[in-house]
Order: sequence, then structure tokens, then C-alpha cells
Amino acid sequence: MSAAAIPAILNQLLELVLALLAAPLFLGWVNQCRAWLQNRSAPSIWLPYRNLEKLFQKDAVIAENASWLFRAAPYVMFGSMALAAAIIPSLGTALPSAIVADAIALVGLFATARVFVSLAAMDIGTSFGTLGARRAMMIGFLAEPALLMVIFTASLISASTSLAAIAEALVGRELVLYPSLGFAAVAFLLVLLAENARIPIDNPATHLELTMIHEAMLLEYSARHLALLEWASALKLFNYAAIGFALFLPWGMARGDAGVVELMFGVPILALKLLMAGAGLALIETLSAKVRIFRAPEFLATAFLLAVLGMLVHLLLGS
Amino acid sequence: MLSAAFASQLINLCAAVLLLLSFSMLAQRRTVALVNLFTLQGLALAASTLVVAASTGQNHLYYSAALTFALKVLLLPWILHRLIRRLDVQWETEGRLNVSVTMIVGLLVVIFAFGLAEPISALATTVTRSTLGIALGVVLLAFLMMITRSKAVSQVVGFLAMENGLFFAATSATYGMPMLIELGIALDVLVAVLVLGVFFFQIREQFDSLDLQHFESLKEK
Repeated sequence: MSAAAIPAILNQLLELVLALLAAPLFLGWVNQCRAWLQNRSAPSIWLPYRNLEKLFQKDAVIAENASWLFRAAPYVMFGSMALAAAIIPSLGTALPSAIVADAIALVGLFATARVFVSLAAMDIGTSFGTLGARRAMMIGFLAEPALLMVIFTASLISASTSLAAIAEALVGRELVLYPSLGFAAVAFLLVLLAENARIPIDNPATHLELTMIHEAMLLEYSARHLALLEWASALKLFNYAAIGFALFLPWGMARGDAGVVELMFGVPILALKLLMAGAGLALIETLSAKVRIFRAPEFLATAFLLAVLGMLVHLLLGS
Repeated sequence: MLSAAFASQLINLCAAVLLLLSFSMLAQRRTVALVNLFTLQGLALAASTLVVAASTGQNHLYYSAALTFALKVLLLPWILHRLIRRLDVQWETEGRLNVSVTMIVGLLVVIFAFGLAEPISALATTVTRSTLGIALGVVLLAFLMMITRSKAVSQVVGFLAMENGLFFAATSATYGMPMLIELGIALDVLVAVLVLGVFFFQIREQFDSLDLQHFESLKEK
């Protein structure tokens, strides 16, 4: 094994472990910020962990007519999110697993998770599950092209569809104003809000029947299945944040040839970025009102439009 | 003088902001917000003209930036806001506007404009040549806005946005028009808004509404 491979493998392991552990913490931080902004007394930042611990200790209750799909979906969802966390560069760009899958495969991974959770929600046959699944698929099929376009804009600049290579190219350049990346960043923010069941599209904090999307799909789950799904949702939010950092704020990320020390410097920088992103997300969620489900296509059409505009502007202006 | 590379980045940024504002105007349902967006567009236009002036040393562009600022950021929005207050249409919205479809059509229009401008920018020698496509896009988007709107005030804002696009096209293709023509156009736009302001009151008197859909049933039965 060569000397350069050791930091790369260390980076890979560290990133995966960090993503798994930090994802609930990030969710807790967002919830805490939201509570502060809304003049409520904030729950503990460790609440998502306690919730997971509680759920893992309970006995699972499964509906009589549930098929294998219902049982498998939480594992598929968690597996895809963990795999996605391994592909997305968050600390350093030297990722051995980045060769395996590029950004398009990443979008595919998100889609796999979505399809399985939606199918599982329809599996039991309750009306709420079906309703949530249908809405989630609608949001998903509108958000996916927008996400792809965002990634293509960044790939046009760095001439690669691998997220690690994109981040490597973007972190290495001198500071240049890229209007196209600005468009893509706004589009990405809209996609992030829609895909993670955040407030303009869905409210993550409610079980109010007729407006929920994501929560409706999880209604039938309990115990370890529910714990895995909630952990996976937290991981999904973390993954999206990490994609955002890799594409739009790559500064402070260890370059491909960096050693262990630079890698360790990446950890506090990533923590700082997450703190800012969580506060920003809470602010957006506090300032905006949930839109009607029929306005969701408009919201996501805006995201798609901005992403395509970003691409066009890049082609026209070369920047 | 700014360095050429940085100036061209700033101009590109201004152009991108202009395009973005055109799209937000296309998607905006509320008339008052539309006027505010128009103000912002004027500001972006003035800023881009200023950057072009500073980077090329064309002195007359400073005057034209100042003129743009005075007319499109201060005077015209003030007149429009006053008109909206006087007509009592502060809460007017475009109910029938289908935003998603309009935006997709807008996207196609912008692609068309970019394709159209490409051979022209290839011939031009200005530092701003690549923004010509965006300028054409802004003009066509303003056209589209006028087509999709049914309220009189929004149509006038669309007309003014089109003038913004033309002005930007002139700056990016040839570093602006001669001062005399620019002054003439500025005066024209001002007079047009004043005259249309009078028209609004006439229209409302005739139809009890500023919705131009009523014009379609004008023919005698």
C-alpha cells in the first residue's frame, strides 16, 4: 500500500462515520435554531439521538398484511443514504469510493430510496400512506431533473460528473465570480427544501393529517424500522448539505494530495459550515409559510428553471 | 480603471442578475411587487452601465448610468407607485397567470435569444459582447410578460422592462447609444408613462376595471 492511499482510506472511513454520527446532531441543531427563532424554548440538541435510542429498544409492530417490501424498505433507505454519504466529499476530495459512482448515480441512489419508501407506504394499503407516497413521488419527479441540472452546471465548469472531481476543481481555482453557480445554488436550495420535506413544501414537525407528505409514509412504522427511517432522513439532509458544500462552498476541503493533518483541519471547518447551514435553514423555514400542494410544481419549476438558466448562462458567458 | 478580467466578471454578474430579475417579474403576480422588481432591474442596469463606463473609459456612459439611475430607479417607480395608490389597486394580482407554463415558455424564449445573439456577438469586439444574448432575452421576456398579463399596470411595467432590455443591448453591443438619442428615449419613456397614467384613469372610467380582457368585448353587437 502506497503512502498516499492511507490518507485516502482514512478520509473515506472518517467521512462515513462522521456523516452517520453527525446527521442526527445536525437535525437537532436545525430544530434548536428553529425553536429559538420561533420564541419557543429549544429542545436539547441531543434529542434525535435519544429518540433513536428509544426507538431501537422497542419491539417492532408490523401490520398483518405487510409484505417483505415493508420490512426491507427501511434498510434499503438507510443503505442508500449511507452509500450516498460515502460518495459525497465532505472533508477531503480523495475518496476511493468516488470512482465507483458519480453524481448521476448519486441522484439514482436518492431515487431508489424514494421509490422503496413510497412502495412500502402503499404496501399496507392505508389511505394516508398512499396519499403520502403519491405526493412524495410527485415532488420527487419534479425535483430530480432540477437536481440533475444543478449538478450538470457544476460539471460543465469542472468537466467531470464525479462530485469529488468537481469539488477538487472548484477548491483549487482562484476566486472567480460564477453567475451560473449562483443560479445553481439558489436552485439547489429549493430542491433541498423540497426533497427533505422542509417547510415551504412539507412540515417536518407535524402529524397533521392532510398536509403531511414525508410523515404520512412513516405512519405505519415503529421501533427499529422507524428509527432507521428517521436516521436515514437525517442522513439525507446531511447529504444534501454536504453536496451543497462540495458544489458551492468547497473552501477548506482537503485537496487530493493532502495529508492527514489537512484532513483533520477539515473537521472543524465542516462543523462551522454545518452550523451556518443549519441556522440558515431554520431561518428560511421560519420566514416562509407552507405552500399548498398545488403550488409545489410552481416551486420546483422555478428550481428547474434556475438550474437550466445557470447552465445557459455558463454556456453563453463562459463563467 | 478596473482590470479587464474583473470588469468582465462584474458585467457578466450584472447581466445574470438582470436575467434573473426578468424571470422573477415574469413569475410575479402582485402588481406592487412587480414595480419593486422593476426598480431593482433599473438598479442592476445602472450598475452594469457604471462598470462598463469604468472599465472602458467611455465618459458618456457615466452620464447614461446616472440618467438610468435617476429615471428608472427613482422617478418611474415613484410615478408608478403613486399611480397604483391613486388608482387604489395596491392589492391587485394576476389571478389567471399560470406561472409554471409561463416560465417554461420563458426558458425557450431565452434559449432562442441566446442562439440568435451568438453570431452577432462573435462579430462584436466590445468586452460586453457575450451579454448581448442576455439583453435580447430580457427584451423577449418583457414581450412575453406583456402578452401574458391582463392588468394595465403590469403591461406598462412590461413595456418599461423591454426598454431596459434594449438599453442593455445597446450598452453591450456598442457601448451605448449617442447621448442625444439616449436623452430622447428617456424623455419618450417618461412621457409614455405619464400618458399611460392618464389612460389608466380613462380605462377605469369606461370599464370600471383595469383588466384589459374587457377590451375584447368592445365590438358592437
